[in-house]
Formats: sequence, structure tokens, C-alpha cells
Amino acid sequence: MADLSIDLAGIRSPNPFWLASAPPTNTGYQVQRAFEAGWGGAVWKTLGDPIINTSARFAAINFNGQRVAGFNNIELISDRPLDVNLKEIYETKKRFPNHAVIASLMVEPTQYKWHEIVKRVEDVGVDGLELNFGCPHGMAERGMGAASGQQPDLVQAQTTWAKEVATTPVIVKLTPNITDITVVARHAVKGGADAISLINTINSLAGVDIHSWNTIPHVGGKGAHGGYCGPAVKPIALNMLAECARDMNVGVPISGIGGISTWQDVVEFMLMGATGIQVCTAAMHHGFRIVEEMIDGLNNYLDDKGLSSVTELIGQSVSRYSNWGDLDLNYQVVARINEENCINCNKCHIACEDTSHQCIDMLTNAEGKSILQVREEDCVGCNLCSIVCPVDGAIDMIEIQNGMAPMSWNDRQKMIGSLNDSYTGAEVIG
Amino acid sequence: MELSSTLASFTPDLFMHNFAEAEPGLTHKGAIEESNRCLYCYDAPCITACPTGINIPSFIKRIATDNLKGAAYTIMDANPVGASCARVCPTEELCEGACVLNESSKPIDIGRLQRYATDWAIEKDASLFEAGIPNEKKVAVIGGGPAGLAAARELAREGFSVVIYESKPLAGGLDTHGIVSFRLPQSISLWEVEQVRKLGVDIRTHMKVGTDITAEQLLTEYDAVVLAAGMGYVPPIKIEGEQLQGVYDAIQLVEQTKTGQPHVNLIGKKVAVIGAGNTAIDGATCSVRLGASNVKMVYRRTREEMTAYDFEYEFAKQEGVEFNWLTLPKRIIGDATGKVTHLECVQMKLTGELGKDGRLVPMPVEGSEFLMPVDAVVTAIGQERRTDLIEHFGLEHTWGVVKIDTTTHRTSNPKVYAAGDIIFGSGQGEAMVVSAAQQGKLAAYAISQHLLAQEDHSLRSIV
Ligand SMILES: Cc1cc2nc3c(=O)[nH]c(=O)nc-3n(C[C@H](O)[C@H](O)[C@H](O)COP(=O)(O)OP(=O)(O)OC[C@H]3O[C@@H](n4cnc5c(N)ncnc54)[C@H](O)[C@@H]3O)c2cc1C
Ligand SMILES: Cc1cc2nc3c(=O)[nH]c(=O)nc-3n(C[C@H](O)[C@H](O)[C@H](O)COP(=O)(O)O)c2cc1C
Ligand code: SF4
Repeated sequence: MADLSIDLAGIRSPNPFWLASAPPTNTGYQVQRAFEAGWGGAVWKTLGDPIINTSARFAAINFNGQRVAGFNNIELISDRPLDVNLKEIYETKKRFPNHAVIASLMVEPTQYKWHEIVKRVEDVGVDGLELNFGCPHGMAERGMGAASGQQPDLVQAQTTWAKEVATTPVIVKLTPNITDITVVARHAVKGGADAISLINTINSLAGVDIHSWNTIPHVGGKGAHGGYCGPAVKPIALNMLAECARDMNVGVPISGIGGISTWQDVVEFMLMGATGIQVCTAAMHHGFRIVEEMIDGLNNYLDDKGLSSVTELIGQSVSRYSNWGDLDLNYQVVARINEENCINCNKCHIACEDTSHQCIDMLTNAEGKSILQVREEDCVGCNLCSIVCPVDGAIDMIEIQNGMAPMSWNDRQKMIGSLNDSYTGAEVIG
Repeated sequence: MELSSTLASFTPDLFMHNFAEAEPGLTHKGAIEESNRCLYCYDAPCITACPTGINIPSFIKRIATDNLKGAAYTIMDANPVGASCARVCPTEELCEGACVLNESSKPIDIGRLQRYATDWAIEKDASLFEAGIPNEKKVAVIGGGPAGLAAARELAREGFSVVIYESKPLAGGLDTHGIVSFRLPQSISLWEVEQVRKLGVDIRTHMKVGTDITAEQLLTEYDAVVLAAGMGYVPPIKIEGEQLQGVYDAIQLVEQTKTGQPHVNLIGKKVAVIGAGNTAIDGATCSVRLGASNVKMVYRRTREEMTAYDFEYEFAKQEGVEFNWLTLPKRIIGDATGKVTHLECVQMKLTGELGKDGRLVPMPVEGSEFLMPVDAVVTAIGQERRTDLIEHFGLEHTWGVVKIDTTTHRTSNPKVYAAGDIIFGSGQGEAMVVSAAQQGKLAAYAISQHLLAQEDHSLRSIV
């Protein structure tokens, strides 16, 4: 069995599974239950000046009968007194000295406030700090959370203030509610961040009740924007992770968050550069025990791959993520339909006919049976048919050896550029 | 399925065809869809309803996340014969019957998901368990059926040195020999046997305890003995003509079909099956698949009182088996050559009175005797007890049902524990593969607790 332990910027934990700062890590009772269930670390529900929460806080998006495809909340940071949280952190750490306990922090953007809270939480023995510059609602209106997280200078300044007194590693948690996440990530690093974590929740409105015309959720008939998370946000998180992981100027370990609910998600995040991961929604949907399935799946996967440590996954796919301009325009795939697995739902035909390149024909074979066939010469290799195909192994995307040398858009532009240069050069000489 | 015709010869191909597993397994797509329908309940009622307590939501989540090894582990960890159980458990009465979706939509197809995961393990020949660190203690297990295998496996995982004594050439008990192949192929049961053998358990076949080795020898040689010898064949029905040619014991009939093509020829024949339990149903469907042209079940009570599971009854009806309710067989009649020709029966009626077992008492209708023309009679009125063996060990019993302490499974001899069908009856559980497995586990844990606690004591006294 592989070694699952990780070391994220000096924070050690028995496995890469951490609970994200959120309701599951609200109290010592919960965090200790989580550790008993198998979680390797927990980022405590964000500490700061206690707030008041609303009643009705969450909503979820169900997709075709599956519940909680996405999750939405308008909850703020911890509503419990700081002293109580600190006492419970101390007790938890004492009971679980080898598990990672990280304090998530959010205070007004002043040096004094940051110094004060960092000292207080480090006094109770946390393994690290996570600065929450991500919460998109409520706190932002007070100039904290995403509001400060959207201002790169403020991220840098606050990170610096925290680092001035911190003796444990500092992780900066980033908001996805921004155009280019790498800008903020770089500023966090300039401020001295030892690691970054991403993503926090995405601005959202879960829905509108078409019968009562209220927002979902609503608080006494009124709603406000919330933060979106859960499986639906995974692709967004994964891209932001990848962008930061391949940015040389970021260059610090990353704790990946956003939509992780299975061991496969964990593998994907780690391959895309996460050193460890954090989970909120999946735990809220299923309870802490979900980690058992994740650990078991990850263990079996690592064994199958012959890897002795989970850390061997970190960043393996990062170099394969590049810019569109670097993709080989001469690479070619075409769709091929395997008749023996095809169930004749004709979804590929209509998808291609109406919305792609009209190259799947509905035919009748010699025995009078309906078949679907791709005209490969017209297929652009968009993948759509294989995406809508409901069965396993009915449509394969086949690589075609077309004999053309690789050529990206950038190569092409360079070539055209050099032709132009030589042309203008000739003229000058002439 | 399309069954054999009335061809006079039964070709090996036809036999293979008729006795191949009837129910198809789930496809990958089917398994993904079904597993994602599971709610992953907390403190799920299906777990409680499974006698072996398989963590069902967990194994289903593992299927949903493509971790089939993990799924198979979860199943086999709790149930050493989990692959057989996936096929033969009355799931409607157990796990699936308890599924919370029964009310709001339809229950999860737990049995077939369990089969999907264990089929994967069989196909990959996955090694799921390891033997424990040897602890110098030796246990003998009598009988290599579900109960014996479960006990042996758990003891081996605890580090005991275990020997199974099995009288037949193959272990697996009724899973290997008694349950029809089209419900449970023999290869499944033999894979489970192999899993136990791989943990270092010495399975000595062709070893009948009481004949090839005595109780005394076992009791001196081993630190504990698990008696898991099950029950025997069908007892005599005690009517005239029972010895005629063409009268078969249902369990022996099935057994013949488990190891290859049987000598019995039922092609085109009319068969009467006496009894209405699960064994009778297996005897009847087996006859159908052996080519019988007509199979009638003869039972003196009604559908209400029959003990066969609903799914078995439905299956038999689908196979074309006919049911003669309120019909009591009186004698079997043969021709001059000693071959069965008729079954004499009498019509019954329910008196309206309740018997000691709480079932309505049937009474013969005077003058209603009739002759049923048959070519073969299959008897299936229960199983004989292994009283000789039990008495050979000098154990207390009631009518062949070994007396045990229900928590420790210990018999009247403190060195002997009993599990499975040998303790079935007198309110001690149900004769099911899954309960036999659970009892085997419990006996193993009791032995382990007892013998290792002793060890702790002696260690402490040394210190
Ligand atoms: C026809 C039929 C159909 C059934 N269908 C189902 C079903 O669909 N679902 C279900 O859950 N249950 C079913 N059962 C019941 C189920 O098979 C039993 O409850 C289960 O096999 C009991 O397990 P066991 O280990 O106690 O006994 P067995 O399976 O009987 O195993 C006992 C073993 O001990 C061996 N043995 C006996 N005497 C000795 C000796 N002296 N020395 C050495 N070895 C000995 C035997 O050869 C045998 O291998 C069916 C039973 C029958 C007969
Ligand atoms: C109800 C709720 C409350 C949250 N509170 C906090 C918080 O206090 N601090 C914080 O940093 N993130 C908070 N988050 C964000 C999560 O930590 C996490 O970044 C996000 O949910 C994405 O992960 P997921 O898809 O696994 O849920 C909260 C999320 C939810 C759903
Ligand atoms: S989960 Fe349900 S019961 Fe618990 S606090 Fe929320 S609304 Fe109340």
C-alpha cells in the first residue's frame, strides 16, 4: 500500500484529504469526528470577529434526479466567539497531534488586526494559517473576503502583515471571482505566501422559485448573491489550479479545492499540481465517512499504477496544459462507430447533423438493419458525438496518421512572419 | 429462455446451454446507473438486514467511483461467500427488502451490484485478504460449506492454523453441490473456496469425520473444533413405492448436474415433485432443464403455506412448472419392470383449524383419490439431520439440531463450536447461505476471543 502522507509547505498530514474551512469544521467536536473518520487535516471554519448568520443559508442544484450537483450558500465566517474556537483547536490538536489543523483567518485589512489574530491562533498550536480572501458574500461588503481578494495589492499587503508575525506556514486562499487568478496568486507570493489554496466559492444565485417568485434561497422573501461550489465547479477550479501551477512566478505549493467528491477528482487535482486537496460540499452531502471511499479508491489506484507515494502524482499533468497557440493544428482524430455496441438511439446523428458538421449517416445495411456511419473525410474530430453517446464503447475517437508534420498556430504565425520579414528585407535591399 | 426440446438425446451443448447461469449480470452502464441511484444512507437499513452486515452503501459507492477492488473487498470482508450470496440470497426479504427506496421509487438492485463487483474480483483473480501472523493455535473445521469456509477464513485472518475436513472431493458445500447451476455456477463457489485456501487453510477433501478420522483424534489434536457439517440428503417420505426406478432425491438430482452431465434421463418425461420448499423448486426447475415435458409440484397445502421464497416460486412458474395444491401423495406405483408409472394422490381441503405451527391444517377429502401418470418422482421434503456425527462428538442436541450458546456458538463440549445448517431448526436461524456464513464468522470470533484471551492470561502470568 502506498504512502499517502503529504507535506504542504511544511504542513505535514497523514493523507492529502483535508476538510475545507466551512460548516464541517465549525467546532472541535466536528473536526475530531472527521479525524476519526479518516480525514488527514482540517482548515477550521474562518475565524475573525464573530458575525450573525441568516436563517435559510444554503440551496442546491439538482441535475436530472441527482441531488447536489452544485451547492450555494450565503453563510459568513464563524459565528462563534474566538476564545471558544481557540480552546477547541487546542484540544483537537492535543488529541490528534499528527493531523493537520489549519486556522482560516479573516480580519479587517489593517496590520494591527492581522498581527493580533495570527499571534492568538498560533498560541494554541495550529500547524498553519489560511488567509481567507475569498468569501464572496457578506464579508466582502465589509471590505473583507473576496473584496480584498480582488485587489492584488491588498492581498500582497495583508499577506505581508500576516507573515511579519507568523511562525507557521501561511496559505493564501484565493477567490475565483476575478478575471485572471494568477495575478492575485503572484501577489500573494510576493507578500510571502508559503502556499496558495483555491478556489473559494463562485458568485451565484441558485435559482428563482417559479411559483412564489422568490429567490432560492430566500431570507424572509429576500435573497442575496451567494457562493457556488460542489461538483459543478470542478472544471473551473481545475483550470485555475492548472493556470497557477504552470505559472513560474507563482511557484509555491497549492492546496486544491472545488467540487472534489471522489478519489478520481483527487487524482486529477494532484496531477494538475495540487500537493493536497480540500473538500466541503461532498462532506456536507454524505458525512465524514465519504473519505473512507476516497482513501480506499486512491490506495487501490496508486497500487495499480505501481506508485509508492501519493506525492508522485503531484504536477504530472501540468506540462501538458499549455496555450491554445501551442496546440498541433495538424493532429487529427475522427469518430468511428462500433456497430456491435451501438444501440441505435441516433443521438450522435442528430447532434452532428444539427449542431456540428453533418457527417454521420443513418443507413440500412445488407441485412436490413439500421446502422450509423461516420463519413470520416468530413469529420472534424470535435468529439460531440462521443459525448452524447450514452453507451460504452460505441463511438471511439481514432487518431489518424495524416503524415503532416506538427504545426501550431504560433509556429504558423512565426513562419508567416519570417516569410514577411524576408520579403520586406528583400525590398529594402532592392 | 428457450429450453431443450423433446429430443431423445441430451447433447453436452444442450446441457451446457440449459444449465448456464440464467440471469445476466449487469453491464458497466447498468452498474454505473444503478450504483449512482443508491442514496448512500447513513446507518442504512440494508446493512442491518444483511445477516453478514455488509456495508452496502460503501461497496455501492465504490462501484460508482470505479473502485471495483474496493467494492469487492467490502463485500467479501463481511461475507466470505459474498459472490455466491449475490446470486442465491433472497434479497427481497433481506437487503433489498429493507431499502428505503421501496416506498419512494424502487429498491436498489443490491444483489446484482454485489455480483458485478465480485465478478470483477473473480475475473481479475484479485487477492483481497491476507493471513494473520501465526499464533500457534490450531483449529479443525468439519465441513467446507459456507459456514465452514467463513469460520476458516476468519480464523486464518486472525493467524490460526486451520484445517478443513470435507467428506466430498470438492469443498463449498451446497453452493458447490446443491444449488442448481443456472442460479449458481459451481465455478463461483470454487473461487470462494480458493480464496480461503490461499490464506493457508489446509482443505482436506475426501475426509469424512467419524469415518476417516475420529472426533477423539480431532479433539486431542486441535485447540478447538468447528462443526459445520450441514444437513444430509432428503429423508425417506415413507410411502409405498419409494424404492422404484425413477424416484429421485432432489438434492442428489441437483448434485449430479453440478459436476457435469448427469446419467439421469428425464427427456420428454412427466415428473412429479413432492414438497414445496426451495429444494423442491430447485428439483422442479432442474427437471425442466433436464428436458422433462411436464413438471408438477405436488403439495398438500396451498400457495400460502409453502416455504419457498417468492422469487423462487416466480422463477419456477416462468420455467413452466405446474403447481398441484392441496394434493397429498399416497403411493408411487410402478410397472412390472420396477419403473414408476403413476403417483397416487388424494385431494385435500383446509379445515380452518390452525396447527401447532400456526398454519391451517389440511385434511384428505374422502374418496378423492386419483392416479397421476408420471415417469419420475422427485422427493424434496427437507433434509436429514447429521445425528450420527453429532452423537459421535457426544454433543447435546434436539432432534439432530445441535444445541449452542447463541452468542458464542459453543456446544455442550466447550472445545466444539457449531455453525450453519447443523444448528438450523428449533428457532436457531434460517437455512440460508448467508446465515451459515455469519454463524461461521461468529464461531470464529468466539474461538479467537477465547483462545487468544487465554494466551493473554498465560503471557501475563509469565510476566
Ligand atoms: C436445493 C437447495 C437449494 C438451496 N437454495 C438456497 C438459496 O437459494 N439461497 C440460500 O440462501 N440458501 C439455499 N439453500 C440452503 C443453503 O444451501 C444452506 O443453508 C447452506 O449451504 C448451509 O451451509 P453449511 O455450511 O451449514 O452446510 P453445507 O452447505 O451443507 O456444507 C456442509 C459441508 O459439510 C460436509 N460434511 C458433512 N458431513 C461431513 C463429515 N462427517 N465430515 C466432513 N465433512 C462433512 C458436506 O460435504 C458439506 O460440504 C439451499 C439448499 C438446498 C438443499
Ligand atoms: C456553507 C459554506 C460555508 C463556507 N464557509 C467558508 C469559510 O468560512 N471560509 C472559507 O475559506 N471558505 C468557506 N467556504 C468555501 C469552502 O471552503 C470551499 O472553498 C468551497 O466550498 C469549494 O469546495 P467544495 O466544492 O468541496 O465545496 C464555505 C463553503 C460553504 C458551502
Ligand atoms: S440540517 Fe436541517 S436540522 Fe440541521 S440545522 Fe440544518 S435545517 Fe436544521
